[in-house]
Amino acid sequence: MYLHFGAVLVFLLFSVAFVAIIYGISALFRPANPSAEKLTTYECGEIPFGGSWIQFNLRYYLIALVFLIFEVEVVFLYPWAVVLRTIGAFAFWEMIVFLAILLVGFAYVWRKGDLSWFTPSGSGHTDATFSGK
Amino acid sequence: MNAYDLAFYLIAAMALVGAAITVLSRRLVYAAFNLLLAFLGVAGLYALLAADFLAIAQVIVYVGGILVLLLFGVMLTHRIYDTTLKSVRVQPLLGGLVAAGVAVLLIRVAWNTPWNTTPELAREPTTAKIGEAFMKHYVFPFEFVSLILLVALIGAALIGRSRAPKSGNGR
Repeated sequence: MYLHFGAVLVFLLFSVAFVAIIYGISALFRPANPSAEKLTTYECGEIPFGGSWIQFNLRYYLIALVFLIFEVEVVFLYPWAVVLRTIGAFAFWEMIVFLAILLVGFAYVWRKGDLSWFTPSGSGHTDATFSGK
Repeated sequence: MNAYDLAFYLIAAMALVGAAITVLSRRLVYAAFNLLLAFLGVAGLYALLAADFLAIAQVIVYVGGILVLLLFGVMLTHRIYDTTLKSVRVQPLLGGLVAAGVAVLLIRVAWNTPWNTTPELAREPTTAKIGEAFMKHYVFPFEFVSLILLVALIGAALIGRSRAPKSGNGR
């Protein structure tokens, strides 16, 4: 088991070292000659204005919350998938019950329009395949 | 000092540095990104303790999920417009006292607890055993987790939505 995580560690160390070396080399050899124009944020040739930190739409937060819940669900799927063959039908139905309970929540957020994007405009669902009334 | 100890100190230092910067940084975005370092360090400690499933779950849930949520939380704040978004220190004396008290308590507990050390035999993949336990001995708690997740999902959607504009359903 440690061997697998050792491989992860080696990858981590290599990637960190790689970035550090590349940046170090380029810092050594490039000419440093900054001017106001060079330091401006590149925005496709346009002159940038305002801050780059905008306030995000609150809907992103809701989507992230829903994502987090189903991510935890997926974490529970892994140990189940490993032993599914050895235990058999009982494990299968147990997971079906598990998923069915969570499917209620999925149906709830779908029905309430949390997953469709343009509902705040007041024109209803943009998802044509689902006609929530 | 063997390779195991070296890895432990390296990872523990990473977690501690990340946590320290998270607490001490005045800029919220820096704090959030250093929390990533702390979470990864904790995942590494789990891996060193032969809890492989827990380590991966830590990476998936905390690094991949909760941290994204936190970053959204930072970016959703109104005061993001002025880039002086900083954390402030209030009541340093009282807070310091409480923190010192908690530290004393934690150290005492850690010192006095008879820790079970992992035998060499146990250092094998744990995912199958966890799955077996879920499917055989802890069937009801396992299904109950689903119920808790359902409640969390509906509650989060309800709270998260309440300040958003009314949904198109008019409900």
